Amino acid sequence: MNAHSNIAVIDLDDTDLTAANQSLQSKNGTEQNAHMRVVNPRGSHALAVGIDAPVDIEIDGNTGYFCAGMNKAARITVKGNAGQAVAENMMSGEVRVTGDASQAAGATAHGGLLVIEGNAGSRCGISLKGADIVVGGDIGHMSCFMAQAGRVVVLGDAGDALGDSLYETRIYVRGKVKSLGADCVEKEMRDEHRGELAELLQTAGFGDADPKEFRRYGSARNLYNFNIDNVGAY
Amino acid sequence: MNEISKIQPKEAFEWGLRESHGFDKGVIHEIQRAAETGIYRIRGFGAKREVPTFDDLVFLGASISRYALEGYRERCDTSVTLGTRYAKKPIELAIPVTIAGMSFGSLSANAKEALGRGASQMGTSTTTGDGGMTPEEREHSTQLVYQYLPSRYGMNPDDLRKADAIEIVVGQGAKPGGGGMLLGQKITERVGQMRTLPVGIDQRSACRHPDWTGPDDLAIKIRELREITSWEKPIYIKCGAARPYYDTMLAVKAGADVVVIDGMQGGTAATQDVFIEHVGLPTLAAVRMAVEALDELNMRGKVQLIVSGGIRSGADVAKAMAMGADAVAIGTAALIAIGDNDPKWEKEYREIGSGAGYWEDYQAGNDPAGISTQDPELSSRLDPALAGRKLANYLSVLTLEAQTLARANGKSDLRNLEPEDMAAMTVEAAAMAGVPLAGTSWIPGVDTAAR
Repeated sequence: MNAHSNIAVIDLDDTDLTAANQSLQSKNGTEQNAHMRVVNPRGSHALAVGIDAPVDIEIDGNTGYFCAGMNKAARITVKGNAGQAVAENMMSGEVRVTGDASQAAGATAHGGLLVIEGNAGSRCGISLKGADIVVGGDIGHMSCFMAQAGRVVVLGDAGDALGDSLYETRIYVRGKVKSLGADCVEKEMRDEHRGELAELLQTAGFGDADPKEFRRYGSARNLYNFNIDNVGAY
Repeated sequence: MNEISKIQPKEAFEWGLRESHGFDKGVIHEIQRAAETGIYRIRGFGAKREVPTFDDLVFLGASISRYALEGYRERCDTSVTLGTRYAKKPIELAIPVTIAGMSFGSLSANAKEALGRGASQMGTSTTTGDGGMTPEEREHSTQLVYQYLPSRYGMNPDDLRKADAIEIVVGQGAKPGGGGMLLGQKITERVGQMRTLPVGIDQRSACRHPDWTGPDDLAIKIRELREITSWEKPIYIKCGAARPYYDTMLAVKAGADVVVIDGMQGGTAATQDVFIEHVGLPTLAAVRMAVEALDELNMRGKVQLIVSGGIRSGADVAKAMAMGADAVAIGTAALIAIGDNDPKWEKEYREIGSGAGYWEDYQAGNDPAGISTQDPELSSRLDPALAGRKLANYLSVLTLEAQTLARANGKSDLRNLEPEDMAAMTVEAAAMAGVPLAGTSWIPGVDTAAR
């Protein structure tokens, strides 16, 4: 690790993944801030996982699976594209991907904010449990499948079967929705929704977007308790 | 609801009545029930149909060529270490019988505490379930395995680090290919909060992991969990007995420390009856297939094998180990030990249409024994300390019985039991277990002449 103007640089060309993660986790359990930069990630999997401190981490390049997995408190920026399940099970903090993200972005995340400036693949926000996800571009099919809580904002279009078997996650889409999944319906945009959306867009760095252009989707709550008359929905 | 005919066999004989084999009274009753309700039957417990089991194997015992050990004087070790392949902190168990994963939600907090207390008294581990880790459970379990399930209810890095091992659940024996199910009557405020679900809904959780599919992804997932937990925790992969040979091979290839294979007799808190009875292989066949995979990879002893599904006695423990398991896990038997199906609740079982010895409606939430319920009044009937003591007693009996059989076969360590110590009572068991049919050297499907 080299120190450059208080920024610790971890070069994955000469550091193995475990050593790199140990350095990134070095402030875990503390309230200490640190600024760290990872260079040459070259699609490494499981990079910057399990961070539990309010540190700033910048990753210069593309990452593989599970980047920023289970993040707590850290602010992690991927300057490039992220592979499968970026920020999976995030608890808090902020993860930003400047490029595109592969499938299952933000899967099961409980808290914090995930921003994908480009597009996200299929199953974005699957089983979401309370985090917020803002996607600058489009999201793929089966996004928000069984999503339980939290909010998902899409500035572009959504693919097939959006929000299938949705619980209480609120979904805002500006573009077209190819189709809605079982039990997902369009809902009225009231002031409170435009308010929270404006705040989310602002926080995510999309303050120029107009909340009025978005539609809201949520659960019809018809499948919450098994009813034989709904069997065709499954 | 239709009642099954109360005609007794003697009356049927006297009156010349003949029950159909294919459409017996039970089948007729189920068709009538289905026609009336329009919904499949959901229940708890495990497969109730007859399948080949460890009962179809016998130990040979000592003889001129095998000397027995003195039952009360000579040592027979029971300890086992799990997670020696990669984990910095493997789990050391005093006995090779662990408590299988069962959720808080499906079980009451008192029941989970009792399981922790009983297991800890005997120096073995217990396991969380599809609902996260409760403080009660962590506090009362000296060795706690944290399940990593498709639903990820309550999953968080703090509990992951508090665990003594991590079990990635691919499937369970009662329903390989099925996800968790917890009906509305058990989703109380606390359960709902732990799972981020609205109170009172019927929870049907995911059957597949949300962020990985297939063995190559699994290898990366294991790497992620190790990176988050500093490579300390043993990582188990639990599979229902679907394709145990391939699943064991793939789990080992993906980097598991421990493979858990759960046969079709394994229990569940709530699943469709058709799933419980018709999916998965019997434990007897599954053990052999998993052991074959480990042998082929030269991984016996390096990756440990835990077998579960229908383990009831020390004989089952000893036979599973003789076939190559390093340890077993019990679920249904542990619940019975802490008070499930206890005749002292007979009157109440009858009031809800069941009876002690038949009770299987763990999904209903009205368990008179206070185990598979979230009702505060019912839960309070279970004294966790007393129930924990009973579990410890039962675990002790299982261990003593297994030691008795091991000594009879001249073994000073349970792990030294081997297939050559056994014979099969049926052709089916011989084929499934890979043990010769009693009185022959014949193992169906194996060219024993070439040995």
